[in-house]
Amino acid sequence: MDAIRTEALTKHYRVGFWRPRPYVALDALTLDVRRGDVFGFLGPNGAGKTTTLKLLLQLIHPTSGRAEILGRPVGDVDVRRRIGYLPENPYFYDYLTAEELLAYFASLHGVAAAERRRRVASLLDEVGIGAERRLQLRKFSKGMLQRVGIAQAVINEPEVVFFDEPMSGLDPLGRREIRQLVLRLRDRGCTVFFSSHVLSDAEALCSRVAILAGGRLVASGQLTNLLAFQVKGWELVVTGLTEAALQHAVRAGHVARATAFGAEHYALELPLSAVPDRALADLTARGARLVSLNPVRETLEDYFVRQVADAPQDRGLEAHRAG
Amino acid sequence: MRVIGYVALNVFKESVRDRVLYSLVAFAVLLIGASYLIGQLTAGQDMKIIKDLGLAAIATFGLLIAVFIGIGLVWKEVERRSIYSILSKPVRRHEFILGKYAGLALTLLVNVAMMTAAFYLVLAYMDTQFEENVRAIWPAPAVDPGMLRAIALIVVELLLVTAIAIFFSTFSSPLLSAALTVGLWVIGHFNADLRNFEAVVDSPAAAFLARALYYVLPNFAAFDVKAQVVYALPVPVSYLVTTAAYGAVYVGVLLAGAVAIFARRDFK
Repeated sequence: MDAIRTEALTKHYRVGFWRPRPYVALDALTLDVRRGDVFGFLGPNGAGKTTTLKLLLQLIHPTSGRAEILGRPVGDVDVRRRIGYLPENPYFYDYLTAEELLAYFASLHGVAAAERRRRVASLLDEVGIGAERRLQLRKFSKGMLQRVGIAQAVINEPEVVFFDEPMSGLDPLGRREIRQLVLRLRDRGCTVFFSSHVLSDAEALCSRVAILAGGRLVASGQLTNLLAFQVKGWELVVTGLTEAALQHAVRAGHVARATAFGAEHYALELPLSAVPDRALADLTARGARLVSLNPVRETLEDYFVRQVADAPQDRGLEAHRAG
Repeated sequence: MRVIGYVALNVFKESVRDRVLYSLVAFAVLLIGASYLIGQLTAGQDMKIIKDLGLAAIATFGLLIAVFIGIGLVWKEVERRSIYSILSKPVRRHEFILGKYAGLALTLLVNVAMMTAAFYLVLAYMDTQFEENVRAIWPAPAVDPGMLRAIALIVVELLLVTAIAIFFSTFSSPLLSAALTVGLWVIGHFNADLRNFEAVVDSPAAAFLARALYYVLPNFAAFDVKAQVVYALPVPVSYLVTTAAYGAVYVGVLLAGAVAIFARRDFK
């Protein structure tokens, strides 16, 4: 059984007051997320990520298509006992303290009083706001509210958790803590579905990803298997490389481009056709010393830019049908 | 029911911390200040005026709370997006609406109970300030439990106003909701005039519309027995029961409407 499954999930809105016209927020999304995965749901702003999450949480109703979580339809209230959700830029009740808010949400999940106290205390410490537990939420910064939001999303020890831009508003330390939390959730067997346009987070955490652009799914699978992220060359950093040795390597076709960092210190771009160990052997035979050798892949950043450029700019219904 | 209870308790806690109960201080100051002034200015009528004023103040403060909290209860959750977290929990949409309603109803009940206690304390004190011969001409004793009947119907009226405010707040902005709720409350107090509208207009269409509104809109005048209790006129228990049932039917219909609208809403 998949953790999450959607079939041709579609959402249209009507926009405009006098002459409303349909706007395709999500177009026939079909997706499977396996249990235990950390699944990255990626795309630039306005790609349809939040719309998908809201459909999965039944905060909005689909125009067509269907969605299941843990094998049950998304409208099923029992499903919501087993899932957690962090909305984008979460906001809670001004006059409650962090502790009271979490206790309130735990009680909505039916968590008994003693267990509630234990979970609230341990979660507040885990997300790093244990010291502010008795502070009213109106006095919280954006980053602190984000941490409260993450804590409330996992207060019921969910089997599937949805994080909408979980790193938003966090400083580098906070981002690292949340990355660690996501990995701990994964280790407990929890499926983590998180949307993000912060690509390095996805690269660091996700076992699989789906990429959305213009309301459409443009790619999905393991990051390393996606065609766009295959190796397209090598970067070799060497030192002790003389000008004559460099010219020889260029003539031999081992080096496509060289960037000088300092005297006899270069970053060399090898073409995909080059065999890196042969090029390296040739250079070291001429006195160069290896500093590093790395594969060059298209970054998610590059990929987004290309997909956004290719995606239909018109999100009207006709444009999508034609597409 | 458990979920409705938790949502209601949260509304109550928020309202109390949002300084709603400060209105009680304003009520007490108004009542005590007015009693003192009236004591200086009038003779013989003091007790009646204080009772009139006290009951009117309970109704007015309650109305302000019901309208101004009621119109924001649902709207604020949607606008600030706290609704996303709540509805992703095992909370059905109707439980959310009923919990919100029950929470505000609880806030109002506590408020009215405290205002009533303060009111009776003032009356008990005033009672000690008069001679026996003055007391003898009063239609009812100063500390008259009969006034609780008027207060009970004020509570029913406030519960109805709350239901109207929540109904509007499920689909419109606070400003519009406030205007519509207060508008209905005002029209409801002149409901009897709508029935006899044909006596003052020639247009049969206008008369028909007025008659239709008379049947559809709640008759708020029915909840107002303040004058009767102040003059110690009888307000039978049967009247209380039928009027409360009348209010309950409207509350039921309005909450059902609010739930139906809310269940279909998309939270973009």
